[in-house]
Parts: sequence; C-alpha cells; structure tokens
Amino acid sequence: MTELTSLTLADARDRLRSKDISAVELASAHVDAVAKARALNAFVLETPEQALTMAKASDARIAKGEAGPLEGIPLAIKDLFATEGVRTTACSKILGDFVPAYESTVSSQLWRDGAVLLGKTNNDEFAMGSSNETSHFGAVQSPWRREGSNTPLVPGGSSGGSAAAVAAQLCLGATATDTGGSIRQPAAFTGTVGIKPTYGRCSRWGIVAFASSLDQAGPITKTVRDAAIMLRSMAGPDAKDTTCADIAVPDYEASVGKSVKGLRIGIPKEYRLDGMPFEIEKIWTQGCDWLKAAGAELVDVSLPHTKYALPAYYIVAPAEASSNLARYDGVRYGLRVPGRDITDMYEKTRAEGFGAEVRRRVMIGTYVLSAGYYDAYYLRAQKVRTLIKRDFEQCFAQGVHAMLTPATPSASFGIGEKGGADPVEMYLNDVFTVTVNMAGLPGIAVPAGTDAQGLPLGLQLIGRPFDEETLFALGSAIEREAGHFVAKPWW
Amino acid sequence: MSVDAQTVRRIARLARIAVAEDEVEHLQGELNAMLAFVEQLAEVNVDGVEPMTSVTPMAMKMRADEVTDGGNAEAVLGNAPQSDDGYYMVPKVIE
Repeated sequence: MTELTSLTLADARDRLRSKDISAVELASAHVDAVAKARALNAFVLETPEQALTMAKASDARIAKGEAGPLEGIPLAIKDLFATEGVRTTACSKILGDFVPAYESTVSSQLWRDGAVLLGKTNNDEFAMGSSNETSHFGAVQSPWRREGSNTPLVPGGSSGGSAAAVAAQLCLGATATDTGGSIRQPAAFTGTVGIKPTYGRCSRWGIVAFASSLDQAGPITKTVRDAAIMLRSMAGPDAKDTTCADIAVPDYEASVGKSVKGLRIGIPKEYRLDGMPFEIEKIWTQGCDWLKAAGAELVDVSLPHTKYALPAYYIVAPAEASSNLARYDGVRYGLRVPGRDITDMYEKTRAEGFGAEVRRRVMIGTYVLSAGYYDAYYLRAQKVRTLIKRDFEQCFAQGVHAMLTPATPSASFGIGEKGGADPVEMYLNDVFTVTVNMAGLPGIAVPAGTDAQGLPLGLQLIGRPFDEETLFALGSAIEREAGHFVAKPWW
Repeated sequence: MSVDAQTVRRIARLARIAVAEDEVEHLQGELNAMLAFVEQLAEVNVDGVEPMTSVTPMAMKMRADEVTDGGNAEAVLGNAPQSDDGYYMVPKVIE
C-alpha cells in the first residue's frame, strides 16, 4: 500500500478516473498511514470512518461517470476550518469540544468536488505562531531530521500539521491558512509546495478568524500541479464573505509547465539580509539561474519599506486579533470558567482558555487600539502598510511580472530552540513572507534545495494581484530543476 | 514607549483576561519587547499617506435586505456551555 501514499494528487486523480485504483483503496492506505504516524502529532482528530464512507460514495460517482475534479482524493483539513459535525478547535483550549453546525465555504467546495476527509490537522493556537509549538494539542514534529541526528525539529507554523501531513505522505494535500507566512513558511520547512493566494481569492467564511485583513486560505501539496488543482476547488466568489472577490477562478492547472520566456522577474535587494545563511543566498542565486535559463528576464528592484513590514504586522495583526477573539467569552460556545459575576467569568475563562502567545497578542492588540495610543500605533501602522503596498505597485507598474525571494531566513530548527526569552526571535521567521500579506498579494513557496544537514529550503515567488497563474508557471519551472524532496520515515 | 506594571493590569482588564499578580512582571517584559520591536515605525515618514482600509480595491458587496437564514435555535445553542429554554444562561448581570 506504500505505493498509493507516494502518489501525487494529480497521479491519484488520473488513476482513479481510469479505475486503475479505487477511492476506498486510496483512502484506506492513507488512513493506515495516518494511524502509523501518530508520533508526528500532525493530526488532532482522525476521521477514518468518515473517510471510508466518503470514499465509497466517490467510487459510486466514478462508476456512474460523475467524478468531480477531486473525486476520491484524501485530504487533511487544518483545524481552523469549521467542519460540520466534526470537532473544530483552532487548537485552542477555549474552543474546547466545539462541533460546528456548519461547514466552511472552502472545505464545502472540496467536498462538492469529491474530496475525502482524513481528519483535522494541528496548528499553532489560533494560527499564532511560526513553529506549531503554541498548539493546545502540543507541538508537531517535522518528518524531516538533520542527517545523522535525532533532534526533533519543528515543521514551521502555523499550518505545521498540514505541512507535516503532506511531507510525511499521510494525505495527498491539506488546507492551510496564511496571515503572515503560515502556509509558505511550513511548506519551505518541509519540502512541500504552499500557495497563499491573493487576498479575496478564497472565502474566509467558516474559518476561525485571526486577523481578518490578512487571513487567506490556500493549499499545501506535494507538487506545484497539485497546488494548482486544489486551489481551483478552494477559490471562488462567496456571497457569505463580503471581502471575497467576485472574480472567476481560472484553470490553474493549465499554467503548470507553461513557458516563462520573456517574463520579467524582480529581485528585491532588501531581501538580502545581513547575516543571512550562505545556503539561503545560494539557493536564491540558483533559482535566479534556473529562471534565466528558462527564458525569464531578471531585473533588480527595490522595495524600500520591506524592513517595516514585520513591525507594522505586529501592530495590525494583534489589533485585529484582539477584536476577533473578543467573541470567546464563555457564553455561546467553548470553555466556561465560573466566576462571582459575569466580568469575573469572562476574565477567568479567557485566562484559562488562551495560551501564552495568544494572551500576549490579544493584550498588545488591546493596548495599540486603546484610547491615546491608536494614532501612534495602529493608524501609523496602517499608513506604513499603504507604503509597503505602494513599493510593490511601483515595481509591477514598471513591467515586473513577479518577484523571486527566499521563503525563509533559515531552515527548520529544533523544538524549543526559539522564542523562549524574546517573542520577537520567533517572529523574524516571517520576515520574507509577511510583506505579501500586508500588500494582499499572492505568494507561493516551492522547494528548491537542501542545506548542508539535508533539510529542505524553499524559494518564494510573489505575484501581481489575482495573477496566481504566473506563480504556477514560474513555480513549476523551479520545481522542474530542483526536483522533489521526500523525508525518510523514522516514525 | 514602554508599559509599566499598572498599565499591564489595565490592559489585562480591558482585554478581559485575568492576570495574577506574579505574572505581571513577566508580561510587562514581553509586551515591552514587542513595543521595542515596533518602535522603528516611528522613523518612517508617513506625512500625507492614507492609512490602508482595504488591501484590494473593491466596493463593499450589497445584497437585498431579506432573511436568508434562521430558525435554527437548537443548532445555535448546541455548543453553549449553559442554556435553558432557548436562552444562553449567564451569571446575574443586573442586581
């Protein structure tokens, strides 16, 4: 059965359609793989019975010639997406045993297209983190380890469970969300592909909110083609989300493998950080050479406000989070800790229900929005955000089609290694990805090589608004040269 | 700017999160680390710059003002920690 879990989503789809394999066989192989990989802690809830029931229905539809675009494809869903009748907690104690009475728009579209639910994946609590260590269900272990070492490594975050599940071949794809890098950073750490589409491309309805002006859903997959297939099902207009764009979704798969000849690729000089590891520099140069050889034209560009993106993010995102998380009050759902009056109940519930990172961000967000500080912090950060977006717009106006940057400033690190004394140390992980959220642009992380210890490193491509197609074309050009990266099982 | 212990207690109150007295100093350190990090925004010239209100240029979608959902009281109350007779139950609010 090993063979079935090593298939790509595209190959599995084709073999299901030709009736070479059945959806039940495919689902069973993945259900077994999930059960054998509990040491990774990638799943916070397994749904094997649901998977087999859905797979049986898929086989029936395939037999009738009614297969959807994702018919019979076993997927994992980040625990931030509400799944009807299936516990959804955002990996927070405060959501306790919350069982939604509704389905998120994105996941409902996956089921509409025939996909099969394997279970819910682990993430940083409320998606706040870059290592999947803030989850109430505990840290996720990356399927990757340094050569000759048993040190447990982080899979990145916040979509660490999704990235680990894909990298360990427990599913053919997984949903994820990205507020400051939470799709692209874990993809880069695990040798998988992750795309955060343009803000507004996927509906946010039914996804537990972190920072509403930054949150976007996207897939993590084994290949660029798989990401294109999955995003097409996830994306599209939704009347239930007023920020979801009324723009038709193209056939992304058609862009995979398309020529990149004549495309102008910006190389932003501000992404060359002091003290950046030599290996990151090396794969970046390598990526430039690959795109050049494929016929793209490289141009040096400047995004002068890059260094302010991360500090501005740490005002805007906590501010929005403090507002969004006000709903967890112990009244309508989730945890309730009794108090002597209603305020005492609120305060005790939230103190016990939120983990340290969430509490920290809610408090900083409350502070920057409070009377007397709003202008100095929040308003100024929103002005800086305008400048960050303007930097990109000016480059695109000069004919740049996309930009190439490293995805992360380092490879994966050990569990417990970062952010202990100073939270900012952990935040710096997102230095290359956060600009893209601040400007609402699409960004894809594609594996491009390994470091000296054998750990995957990724490159990021940043596109024009609603031009994910160019990212799929460029991403597949890099993938063609870099090849694929598969972790050696130790679990 | 940095926060003192009194401000930490005030923020905790505003955020409705109980903070024990022995946590204040630690939290103060963490919040000040974050504030020190965002301090660099002060050097950006933002004169005449509009604050961002929408990351992609889009007009707010409008829809007809009509009922599209409802009548699901049981489902709505399904996850309530405490409910009775179609209501959420909370501690007494008005004396």
